[in-house]
Amino acid sequence: MSAEAATAPVGRSLASPTTESAGAKLLLIVLGLGFLALFLVIPLFAVFAEAFRNGVAVYFEAFEDPDTQAAIRLTLLVAAIAVPLNIVFGLAASWAIAKFEFRGKSFMLTLIDLPFSVSPVVSGMCYVILFGASGYFGPWLDKHGIQIIFAVPGLVLATVFVTFPFVARELIPLMQEQGTSEEEAALSLGANGWRTFWSVTLPNVRWALLYGVLLSNARAMGEFGAVSVVSGHLRGLTNTLPLQVEILYNDYNFVAAFAAASLLAGLGLVTLVIKSLLEWRYGGEISSKHRK
Amino acid sequence: MSVDLKIRDVRKEYGAFPALNGVSLDIRQGELVALLGPSGSGKTTLLRAIAGLETLDGGKILFGDVDASSRSVQERNVGFVFQHYALFRHMKVFDNIAFGLRVRDKARRPTESAIKAKVLELLELVQLTGLEKRYPSQLSGGQRQRVALARALAIEPQVLLLDEPFGALDAQVRKDLRRWLRQIHKETGHTTVFVTHDQEEALELADRVAVLHKGDLQQIGTPDEIYDNPATPFVYAFIGESSAIPVTVQSGAAALDGAPLPVSRVAAEDGPARFFVRPEDVTVKELNGSSTVAGTVAALRRTGAYRRADIEVGAQRSRIEALLPSDAPISVGDKVGLVFQRYALFPADSAPATV
Repeated sequence: MSAEAATAPVGRSLASPTTESAGAKLLLIVLGLGFLALFLVIPLFAVFAEAFRNGVAVYFEAFEDPDTQAAIRLTLLVAAIAVPLNIVFGLAASWAIAKFEFRGKSFMLTLIDLPFSVSPVVSGMCYVILFGASGYFGPWLDKHGIQIIFAVPGLVLATVFVTFPFVARELIPLMQEQGTSEEEAALSLGANGWRTFWSVTLPNVRWALLYGVLLSNARAMGEFGAVSVVSGHLRGLTNTLPLQVEILYNDYNFVAAFAAASLLAGLGLVTLVIKSLLEWRYGGEISSKHRK
Repeated sequence: MSVDLKIRDVRKEYGAFPALNGVSLDIRQGELVALLGPSGSGKTTLLRAIAGLETLDGGKILFGDVDASSRSVQERNVGFVFQHYALFRHMKVFDNIAFGLRVRDKARRPTESAIKAKVLELLELVQLTGLEKRYPSQLSGGQRQRVALARALAIEPQVLLLDEPFGALDAQVRKDLRRWLRQIHKETGHTTVFVTHDQEEALELADRVAVLHKGDLQQIGTPDEIYDNPATPFVYAFIGESSAIPVTVQSGAAALDGAPLPVSRVAAEDGPARFFVRPEDVTVKELNGSSTVAGTVAALRRTGAYRRADIEVGAQRSRIEALLPSDAPISVGDKVGLVFQRYALFPADSAPATV
């Protein structure tokens, strides 16, 4: 007893070495929150404030513009094609990388990350060079009456390119962690490949897949750079919602521009809420939560 | 129905690394056989090859009279219990066990009520009645192990294969499960092969033990045969404890640094050899001319109920370990005479006896 008393002075509890003083804590919190408010909350709020500046009626009037309506439909269409394609590609790529050993695996992993490191404008340019009127395949496509650049296929291609990593990146770490033994168990019990995929592999990654789809969808609908290059900005035809926002803004039609922008912001908020819900409810089954 | 299992000259290579070097092995119907070896010995590869989870580079595997080597894993109808159980994590215990029956094609699939009866029966067999609605994550390691076994048994396998069945469990659970697996095997009578690196487990549980080392089958036999008459230096060194000392064999007699060794049967060829003896087969006596081997007690240790002595023999002062009663009147530095009950001689150039 006496030895303990000697080493621990009475009346002064030692703080754990990783605990900061109260002042430092407060400072850090204020800094963090202040930064968030300044750079995220206030601008987001400004978008909605601008959109509703002249009242609710004017806000909804902005959506009666046929060009804006066309832009919304086109954005939904592009996402509806690009996201399922990404699910298929993402599943196939992560399956290959996580469950098999093959040459060039790490190269493939690097390649999947390419869209993250390349400017979206560059990816748009690639497609123009390939499929544009003066591009490599342009004359051949033209002869067969197929239009890719300045049309929906180009928009889909550019969108798939920039959103490709989301699904694969979510699934690869999770699938690698889960290994192949459950699949082997299913096979040894007599299940064929399809059955194994549907009743073992897919359910094991379902929440991570949904998470990846969510992020990939948000990016698909919000992508500006890559689609801007391949779109050609044909009003009512090849303008997606983000492009339409820019056009309206350049026309000094601020309320309409911010009204359209508020849709995108709303999409972002909804994505955020679902994402948080997924992380909160199924955190353990979503790979991004494992990454430290 | 359970079948005989015949493994004929099975080969498997990973790149240039031979995992199985032409292993042949016969396992009788209803037998419980352990594949024992250190890591890298090829034991797991052999088990997976039997299941069809590894393709062969040569040889055949017969289930009864049917060549299984050309059949897919699904067609082989084996019950495989994975090392970490590999339970389907998103399925309840009930659905895990029912899986193998539900994936059958329509013609062979039992009705849902028959499946239910079967699953409940298996749950009772593995003593998990009442836990069918749990998820694997809500079970202890031992319980998961039993679910994995029930799932494998559900398909009425031709052979039951277990990969390190007790590897991930703590000591007490291991002991209980070992006894229990023996019991289940007795009740169900499946031809069973399990992989282990734990010799105690292999010797206690199996009818016969197959010892593998670097892709070669070293010996197969009953636990008694394996322990009492190891066929190779590796088995001698790997199973139980042993001392090995360098000796010379000339025309049927063994000599330790020039002095004749009082051992009778010497089958080894002339030349340098290694003499193997287990601590419990060494008797320490008074020095008695040429009928004993002269040695000096170099160290004494108390281990549980016994006393162990390191005794130096020969000019090279090679050490032989002896197991003595705790009250043996012996102290360090004593000159003693050794007599060996059981021993073996192997040519020195045969596979090194290191484990």
